[in-house]
Amino acid sequence: MPNTTYSKEHQNYLRRRRLHVLLVRGAQLFLLLGFFVLWEVAASRGWINAFIFSQPTRIWAAMLRLAREGELWRHLGWTVWETVLGFSIGTVAGILIAILLWWSTFISKVMDPYIVVLNSVPKVALGPIFVVWLGTNITAVVAMAISVSIIVTIMMMHTGFKEVDSNQIKLVRTFGGTKGQVLRKVVIPASVPTMIAALKVNVGLSLVGTIVGEFLASKAGLGYLIIYGGQVFNMSLVMGSVLLLLAVSVVLYYGVTFLEEKVSRGRT
Amino acid sequence: MARVELQNVGLNYHTEAGEVVALKDVNLSVKDQEFVAIVGQSGCGKSTLLSLVSGLLTPSQGQVTIDGNQVQGTSKRIGYMLQQDYLFEWRSILDNALLGLEIAKERTPEAVDEVKEMLKAYGLAGFEHYYPSQLSGGMRQRVALIRTLAMKPDVLLLDEPFSALDYQNRLSVGEEVVKILRERKKTVIMVTHDIPEAVSMANRVVVMTPRPGTIRSIHSIKMCDEGLSPLQTREVPQFREYFGAIWKELNTDA
Repeated sequence: MPNTTYSKEHQNYLRRRRLHVLLVRGAQLFLLLGFFVLWEVAASRGWINAFIFSQPTRIWAAMLRLAREGELWRHLGWTVWETVLGFSIGTVAGILIAILLWWSTFISKVMDPYIVVLNSVPKVALGPIFVVWLGTNITAVVAMAISVSIIVTIMMMHTGFKEVDSNQIKLVRTFGGTKGQVLRKVVIPASVPTMIAALKVNVGLSLVGTIVGEFLASKAGLGYLIIYGGQVFNMSLVMGSVLLLLAVSVVLYYGVTFLEEKVSRGRT
Repeated sequence: MARVELQNVGLNYHTEAGEVVALKDVNLSVKDQEFVAIVGQSGCGKSTLLSLVSGLLTPSQGQVTIDGNQVQGTSKRIGYMLQQDYLFEWRSILDNALLGLEIAKERTPEAVDEVKEMLKAYGLAGFEHYYPSQLSGGMRQRVALIRTLAMKPDVLLLDEPFSALDYQNRLSVGEEVVKILRERKKTVIMVTHDIPEAVSMANRVVVMTPRPGTIRSIHSIKMCDEGLSPLQTREVPQFREYFGAIWKELNTDA
């Protein structure tokens, strides 16, 4: 659209909108930078104890050293790999179980109380059991990540399946569609938005599961670094790992958002 | 021979609260290429009647036959149009129109070409790859009609097919649909609560009583037999007489 045809009033309006967006972004950046600058200054002036609170420059130096040794990438890689594995298996298995519950009203009625109870159990409490059963290795960590995300996935997807417009299902049935066709042609495609919502929730949950799993049972990963750093009182290592964890969760979350934009084209 | 025949048809619904008699002693015979409209208050079992003819439901008593054969489950010979278009938002217009063929595993290149031709013939050329949200209500309803016609059914069941449209569109889309159905020589059973719509489109209007639903009376409309279109029928003086008679029956207890 050529903006030369816009009236002066509309141009003013657009200018105000752009200014508003700029202000918001500026304020966000200011908060972030301000936080780190204040932290740095407070630590170097002795307002806070740098040994306990660490400080941005020390964190940076610690991380840089770790990166040069190649250790940083190893730990980061483990955490990302375990999260992605737990997330994928938890989501796929959760969806498959939700399909089973949709398929059979009998099974879904029988399983209902068990799912409700399992959902309310703090899955983190199961950690030691996984360690004893599966050993202190990646399997236990991934099991932890799966256990945190799978029940929520089952509940979200089953609800989503049940909320599909019954008239859309009737339509497929009027064409002589079988139950399998109802599932493939209507229920699953209509539930794609629910699936995306479940993915978004699961990215965060799987990361929680992975970190807790690494706390308990691993020799590598950001969770391991955090625990190790805490035990040897290396707060720069702890803080740096936490910041890195933040970055990982942001990247994973935007990965899912990117997927959402890919599949939601054409939908309203 | 009658194309569609209902003999002493009844249907009971079962719930934990008890048994509900939805339909009782329904006898109706629909000739080939006839357009029959069924009117009645909501809850009188009109839609249930269509479900019985389509084979989605099985009658508790009596039987439904098409060309003398008892209806057992859904069949390709019967097309069903619901209250709304129910186009799938995640499918393009062409893919929506092909849904029935896809389910019947008959999505052949020839069938696709045929559906494309139909889209073209009904003013949807160039919209094949659009999505439903980009179309107007009238266009969406035409896609739904093409989706049904693509299966080449002999009998069409319309369940208040225009009720989701605004008044203006209801008249124009109704006019179009009736023209298309007459051209293609379809036998039609339409359910509606809109008396003028029924009188303007049908050869015969069936009036049903409230629950348990049964047939109260059948009115033959001569304008449709004379080949007038729905909009032309609405202009004829007798239109008001038919309307008045049916209105009165629907508003007095049997």
